[in-house]
Amino acid sequence: MRADTPRLVGRAMTLAYERRTVAEDLTVPVPDGSFTVIIGPNACGKSTLLRALARLLRPAAGAVLLDGADIHRRGTREVARVLGMLPQSSVAPDGITVADLVARGRHPHQGLLRQWSRDDERIVAGAMADTGVADLADRPVDQLSGGQRQRVWIAMALAQQTPLLLLDEPTTYLDIAHQVEVLDLCARLHEEQGRTLVAVLHDLNQAARYATHLVAMRDGAVVAAGEPRRVVTAALVEEVFGLPCRVIDDPETGTPLVVPAARRRVGPAPA
Amino acid sequence: MIVLRLPGGLSLRLRARALAVGAGIALLALALGVLALAGGEQLLRPADVLRTLTGGGAPADRFIVLDLRLPRLATALGVGAALGLAGAVCQALLRNPLGSPDVLGFTQGAATGGLTVVVLGGSSLALGAAAVAGGLATGAAVYALAGRRGLSGHRLVLVGIGVTAILAGVNGFLLTRAPLMDAARATLWLTGSLDGRGWVNSLPLLAALALLAPAVLAGGRALGVTGMGEDLATALGVPVRWLRPLLLAAAVALVSLAAAAAGPVSFVALTAPHLARRLTRAPGPNLLPATLLGAALLVAADQLAQRAVTGHQLPVGVVTGVLGGGHLVWLLATERRAGRL
Repeated sequence: MRADTPRLVGRAMTLAYERRTVAEDLTVPVPDGSFTVIIGPNACGKSTLLRALARLLRPAAGAVLLDGADIHRRGTREVARVLGMLPQSSVAPDGITVADLVARGRHPHQGLLRQWSRDDERIVAGAMADTGVADLADRPVDQLSGGQRQRVWIAMALAQQTPLLLLDEPTTYLDIAHQVEVLDLCARLHEEQGRTLVAVLHDLNQAARYATHLVAMRDGAVVAAGEPRRVVTAALVEEVFGLPCRVIDDPETGTPLVVPAARRRVGPAPA
Repeated sequence: MIVLRLPGGLSLRLRARALAVGAGIALLALALGVLALAGGEQLLRPADVLRTLTGGGAPADRFIVLDLRLPRLATALGVGAALGLAGAVCQALLRNPLGSPDVLGFTQGAATGGLTVVVLGGSSLALGAAAVAGGLATGAAVYALAGRRGLSGHRLVLVGIGVTAILAGVNGFLLTRAPLMDAARATLWLTGSLDGRGWVNSLPLLAALALLAPAVLAGGRALGVTGMGEDLATALGVPVRWLRPLLLAAAVALVSLAAAAAGPVSFVALTAPHLARRLTRAPGPNLLPATLLGAALLVAADQLAQRAVTGHQLPVGVVTGVLGGGHLVWLLATERRAGRL
């Protein structure tokens, strides 16, 4: 394995569900230590790509390489110690408490006779503290608000202690304040714990603000990939989303901010 | 929560409540078992029963307890345990309290297989083999019709209800083709009965339980994770793709052998796991409590069947049918109110 090959690479993949082909010859390297965000219009194949990278969908051709080896040739438990994935639709068992749900993140590290080591205990407590759900430990998950619940799921994924973590639309169904809260949490995990994060996001401006590496997709193909500043241009947004727009600097962060073109102006023109 | 840590990295995590409930049910099953051995036409004192079981006792007592009543009790315990365990596995795999082998048609499939042998004539070994073949064939058919896109949701339950209806028709056809004597015997068998059960009926089931139960119980943790969705379970390192069909096949085999031993006793597989879950209040599949509760329930139902109407023994399937049917109606009503149906 060459030193400049990242740990997780999708190489020349054809991705398909039963009869429908979503993507062909798709190659996506995930830079080590990046916060990679995949963007694109609905049905462009971004969630499918994430599922393939998480070995939830087997490529019809090509392969996903984890540390240089085909991810489907490695034991699923072994992979689960390196690569975590939070799918969009997960069901908390009826009546499970926050602490119990987060503890399930330790599953790939446990066994029949090794059910709850001191490490497990410490790591689960740490994951709950990092996501701010320690106070909720004994509450049933089904009584929490949407934002709290999403933080609990992230805590579970953290407890898995994988250097690579994939998140499928972690902000869906959350209001704007909770979206920012969850993304700030992701950014902190990326910066402080040095994990490689890959997320699918819908909101272009949030993607541009939080990502260190953007992958823009359309019709199952990568149109552009790289730093947000290089990827998010008016021309590319028009090409990928079919949306005429201006791109200005985000006054908070200096990252690109997409302002859709308006049909007509309401206020006075700027000087 | 109780955590046991031993040198060498061994650690066990147990829920205090689940542990207490499990121990309570085990004691209950044991007490019911002693009562079953003591009761009947010839009443014995429980102390004499225990003395006989441990190798002592008068010769007459030994004959009554060991030769007459113990085989029936062993069959009841085995059938109940198999149904409880299989029901808990199915309900956890389907994430649906209605996903029991009765509702899914597996029990009915085993009944069709067994009935064929009862009508055509054959040894109890042939009956067992035919019941298992019928159960597995039905399981495979239901899985193929509904399970390819994932086992969850109500698809499997609905397909199972349809398959059950078809098999009920087939069973009716088999009964009408049989000579009158055989038909009467077959009808009794179809109700589920422990009358005259000996070791020859229960040994295949007990052997299968000894082999399958530990394997299935060991898969309980992974099964609990599977309940959070196929994608998340895979992400957490559970090999869902082969674990699911294997566990389902084990459950079908247990149900089928239980049917071979005592006929298709209804509703225990539906009721035991649900009651166990309510008692332990643990989020997991509660496999062991459901197994023990199934055994206790069936022994209790058999006692009720023998004593409820004086001078007339009912088949145990009548008792489980009446009580379990009531439970199903109640379950349907509450599930509907909770918006899960």
